[in-house]
Amino acid sequence: MSDSPDSKRRADGGTATERTRGEELFADIDLRREHLKNRAFLGLIFAASMFGVVALALLLLDVVTDFYVGLTEFEISLVQFLTADGSRRPERAGFFGAIIASVMLMALTAVLSFFVGVGAAIYLEEYAPNNRITRLIKANLSNLAGVPSIVYGLLVLAALVNGIGVGPILLAGSVALALLVMPIIIVSAQEAIRAVPDGVRNGSYATGATKWQTIRQVVLPSAMPGILTGTILALARAIGETAPLLMIGALFVNRTPFGPFDRFSGMPTQIYAWAAEPSQHFIHLAAVGIVVLLTILLSMNAVAVYLRNKYETAV
Amino acid sequence: MSTSEESLITTEVSSERTGRSDRPDATVLAARDLDVYYGDDRALASVDVEIPEHKVTAIIGPSGCGKSTFLRCINRMNDQIAVCRVDGDLSFHGKNVYDDDVDPVALRRRVGMVFQKPNPFPKSIYDNVAYGLRIQGFDGDMDARVEEALRGAALWGEVKDQLDSSGLDLSGGQQQRLCIARAIAPDPEVILMDEPTSALDPVAASKIEDLIDELAEQYTVVIVTHNMQQAARISDKTAVFLTGGKLVEFDDTAKVFENPDEPRVEEYITGKFG
Repeated sequence: MSDSPDSKRRADGGTATERTRGEELFADIDLRREHLKNRAFLGLIFAASMFGVVALALLLLDVVTDFYVGLTEFEISLVQFLTADGSRRPERAGFFGAIIASVMLMALTAVLSFFVGVGAAIYLEEYAPNNRITRLIKANLSNLAGVPSIVYGLLVLAALVNGIGVGPILLAGSVALALLVMPIIIVSAQEAIRAVPDGVRNGSYATGATKWQTIRQVVLPSAMPGILTGTILALARAIGETAPLLMIGALFVNRTPFGPFDRFSGMPTQIYAWAAEPSQHFIHLAAVGIVVLLTILLSMNAVAVYLRNKYETAV
Repeated sequence: MSTSEESLITTEVSSERTGRSDRPDATVLAARDLDVYYGDDRALASVDVEIPEHKVTAIIGPSGCGKSTFLRCINRMNDQIAVCRVDGDLSFHGKNVYDDDVDPVALRRRVGMVFQKPNPFPKSIYDNVAYGLRIQGFDGDMDARVEEALRGAALWGEVKDQLDSSGLDLSGGQQQRLCIARAIAPDPEVILMDEPTSALDPVAASKIEDLIDELAEQYTVVIVTHNMQQAARISDKTAVFLTGGKLVEFDDTAKVFENPDEPRVEEYITGKFG
């Protein structure tokens, strides 16, 4: 009998072919190993992407647990925590002075870094000739952004706090933070300015606008959402910075500062000081402080995301 | 070369347009021995041309022949390009615009420009049109001037109820007319157009063409175009650039399209070359 299944299929024509199972038709192609590799790699990169999320979740869980224990076992009142100054006695200690100090730090840092940073970005993108010096500056901006924050603290300690002798005042702290975030602001502002299409610039020049009119009326309004987003993210980084503030000696101050020349202790330094105390009560005060700090930080990031989404289709 | 009296391409060359201006042709712009270099590359070679007032002058030629370069010389937009160098004379009312005492910003307030790709600002329609007047410190009746410019650009009827919405929300053809309104709002003398319809669909393009016809009553229009039918339809004078940045023919549009002096121009116009 020469009636092999093959010849029968051919004889039956199309209907038989349709009925053929896929596994039979492609029986000579073995893809199991390849599919296994696909799945293994997918698992690997999924784990990598979840790593950060899980780490953040665990961190939050730990902090929130301590926060809860602090509120219940140590009977920390949130109202008192948010309205009282620091104190050597844990049951009377609050975060108010540190919050005010951090808000003032942020405001001063924003003023000091925003105008200089955006100004530098405008110069580098719109005016600077494309020569060695410009390229050197641009290359070094990313290096500056990578300098450890404690180095900026050291610089301000040597130059301002001890050098001029102003002491560990709020202004010195904001100078350190402003230096720290300036490269970030410059780079993000440069990107935002570069994203403004040249056609729009040409339209302005061709209408008889000067360079500054073009920048002021057309380029900056288009780039501003991007610049603001970058600035907020940079300030959100600054608000959590501890090392430069420790370096200039902004620690062990319990009173609320009233101006830029007062001594201060910001939120992160206050948390640091509490966490270093032997008393469990202080340690749980630190946990509550961390929750407050994180809340402010995440709100700032949320504002940045909102701004970016709101304006990203505008240009 | 035997050239018949009929047009080389099928279009009615503007016979009705010759009577647009009763005055003798007054020259607004004149190039004499104009050379332009990009680095070591010569983009324009010894161009001589005289552009008459209140007429539409079309500049045609194959890609890379220097049409746009010439246009951008007139309002010194080439100053934006670092490697660009201009030799020779390009005079506006007899004054060489490349003299040291000519401020390109002032020049551009007299010579408006419309680009190939519509480029409205990310502002409201009103602010787009008012832009030129504002930067020039105009403090008269802004609403009236904006309306006048939008009417002049044949856009008023379509946008009069949405002056506060963004110029970017308009269609491509409307955006281009908005750019024309922006260019004419400060009332310049000359309007340069760099292939203003090439990014538009045919209906939008024909609206712009009608508009150019009207604009020539008040303004001197210089238009670069890839489209020879368009040049024949809308222009009074035609300049033909061929490869190498040379201006090979400049004459009345009817003459250029019906009976060009240069055989190469005839070949180009009939599509045998370029």
